[in-house]
Amino acid sequence: MKFMLMMNMKTDAASQADGIMTWPNDDIKRHIQFMTNLNKELRQAGEFIAAEGLAWPSEAKLVRAAQDGAPDTDGVFPESKEFLIGYWILEVASLDRACAIAAQISLAPGKAAQPLYLAIEVRQIMSGPPEM
Amino acid sequence: MKYMLLMSGTKPEFNAYAQWPREAHATHAAFMRKLSKELAGEGSFVSTLGLGWPTEAKLVRAAPDGSPVTDGVFPESKEFLAGLWIVDVESAAEAYRIAARLSSQPSPQGGSAPIEVRQILGGPPEEYL
Amino acid sequence: MTGAIERLLREHAPIALGVLVRRCRDFAAAEDALQEALLAASIQWPVDGLPDSPRAWLIQVGARRLTDAIRADQARRRREADSAIQSGYVMPAEPQPAHDEDDALVLIHLCCHPALTTASAIALTLRAVGGLTTAEIARAFLVPEPTIAQRISRAKQTIRDSRIPFRMPESPADRARNLRSVLHVLYLIFNEGYAASEGPDLFRPDLAAEAIRMARLVHARTPGDPDIAGLLALMLLTDARRAARLGPSGEVIPLDHQDRALWNREQIAEGVALIASALRQGSVGQYQLQAAIAAVHDEASSFDRTDWPQILALYEVLLRISDNPVVRLNHAVAAAMVKGPAHGLRLLEALDADPKFRNHHRLHAVRAHLLERDGRIPEAIESYQSAAAGAASLPERTYLLTQAARLRDDAKIQSTQWAP
Repeated sequence: MKFMLMMNMKTDAASQADGIMTWPNDDIKRHIQFMTNLNKELRQAGEFIAAEGLAWPSEAKLVRAAQDGAPDTDGVFPESKEFLIGYWILEVASLDRACAIAAQISLAPGKAAQPLYLAIEVRQIMSGPPEM
Repeated sequence: MKYMLLMSGTKPEFNAYAQWPREAHATHAAFMRKLSKELAGEGSFVSTLGLGWPTEAKLVRAAPDGSPVTDGVFPESKEFLAGLWIVDVESAAEAYRIAARLSSQPSPQGGSAPIEVRQILGGPPEEYL
Repeated sequence: MTGAIERLLREHAPIALGVLVRRCRDFAAAEDALQEALLAASIQWPVDGLPDSPRAWLIQVGARRLTDAIRADQARRRREADSAIQSGYVMPAEPQPAHDEDDALVLIHLCCHPALTTASAIALTLRAVGGLTTAEIARAFLVPEPTIAQRISRAKQTIRDSRIPFRMPESPADRARNLRSVLHVLYLIFNEGYAASEGPDLFRPDLAAEAIRMARLVHARTPGDPDIAGLLALMLLTDARRAARLGPSGEVIPLDHQDRALWNREQIAEGVALIASALRQGSVGQYQLQAAIAAVHDEASSFDRTDWPQILALYEVLLRISDNPVVRLNHAVAAAMVKGPAHGLRLLEALDADPKFRNHHRLHAVRAHLLERDGRIPEAIESYQSAAAGAASLPERTYLLTQAARLRDDAKIQSTQWAP
């Protein structure tokens, strides 16, 4: 079974107040090391298909086709918008296993090495290989 | 440069989609297959995938002991990712043009669909001073 | 054994292809025939041993396949149209080695022809000249194989439709234009490889090495051309620092913190000799200047002992022949090293006027660096954060985030030290 594990982020001031942009250097490094190690483990377990980070939400564009079919890039995201900032695509035996990995990611360390208890969205991928 | 084009919707929007007449679904699916084929022919296609229904979505956090605490309760306004495309193109403008094509997908209510365009972060950059 | 065979095949493939194209004047058909010959070689040679002349073997087998294909095609057309078609297409049995070397050069000019899109030219060049398989190219660019196959087939279609002849253009202006296109494609392939991380896929081909190999091929056939010499030197001098530019977890290590003992001295020596002789020929293009700048960096024993006035002077010449925001940015860095950070910051102000570049993360990053050196710490933190938000690569974003964090950490230490 294939699952997509998503890490989302809001961009309002309250959500950003404790964001990575405010962490001390050592905490940032520890966080990144944690993610690197996790990906290594998932690869060794043969469960890893892909993982990517996305450019910062400030770079995101909301695009619609204008009347003539040309792209209109002036769309505005709602204030409460949750932006995808990173994701994993995994091939695992069960939903339980996908949730267990999500819980592992949830424990990623933040400020002062404290676990962030991130909320990870777990979605099953419908069919067909993601060809990544 | 790789870009991700995301299509999202709230639960009511997913439900409305489920209520489409059969021909509307067929037209929509044919449009998507055709676009996929076109992108492949243009040499910009990387991948596409569709996600399960929002009612199946889980929000997982770790308990202090590391075990998963699974919760299916999302805020009413939550926009769920329905599907995504990844394209490999030479500029952001080209990604926006593809997003506009995706945006003009047919639907019974008409109008264009909003497509979120995000750059995927690549490997290491050029040298820094 | 297989490694040696693979090297042989890749060395001879572009030349064999050049010969086949010259004979049948149909690039797509020749390329298909050569692919079959390469496949046959990779199966037969490990069993039967190497032929006396691998290149002649490839040409002979390729020509046979080509003849078969043409005959089949003619038979098909005869069946379909029942009309007379021009026949008498006979493959000369013996290859003409005198021409072979030039054929490889014509081939790369064809693959990088300005009529092709950049993405198509890159894919076609890697396959036809680099000898990589479609699957290998797909792995290198992390895209599915059919996408690369499509780019290659579009390239072949363009070559056929625009009737691009298999020879070097007559007019010097066309020659110069086509060479610029070759240099640009090779430069892009090199950058793609140089930027690629040590990914999980050990079988991901090394595009930087491929680009260097192909630049050598062009340079060997046009030794007097200062531009290709400049490009090859630039690649060698940049690639020489490769082992030092990323840390153990893939983190970016800026030039001033790199362990210079890890730099490849042999490659630096070769690059320096190349650029020195290219510059002596008098003509100065952008690749030579960039190579000359890289050479000054590579020859410095430390960051502080770098000859910054020399680098600044080179950037000033470069600005005159190719004025663009990235060159201006690097020029500002060099100017700051010579005349102080405040001077560099003033030069950056001119870039703010460019609406397309004003918010570019590289501009924020350079500004942050200069603000920090000027002691304007709160502003530097803000600029590092803006740069991180705009970064297009993960290690780059991490680097910029940690630069901001480092300054915040230092500022806190200072405030506890100096607080009354």
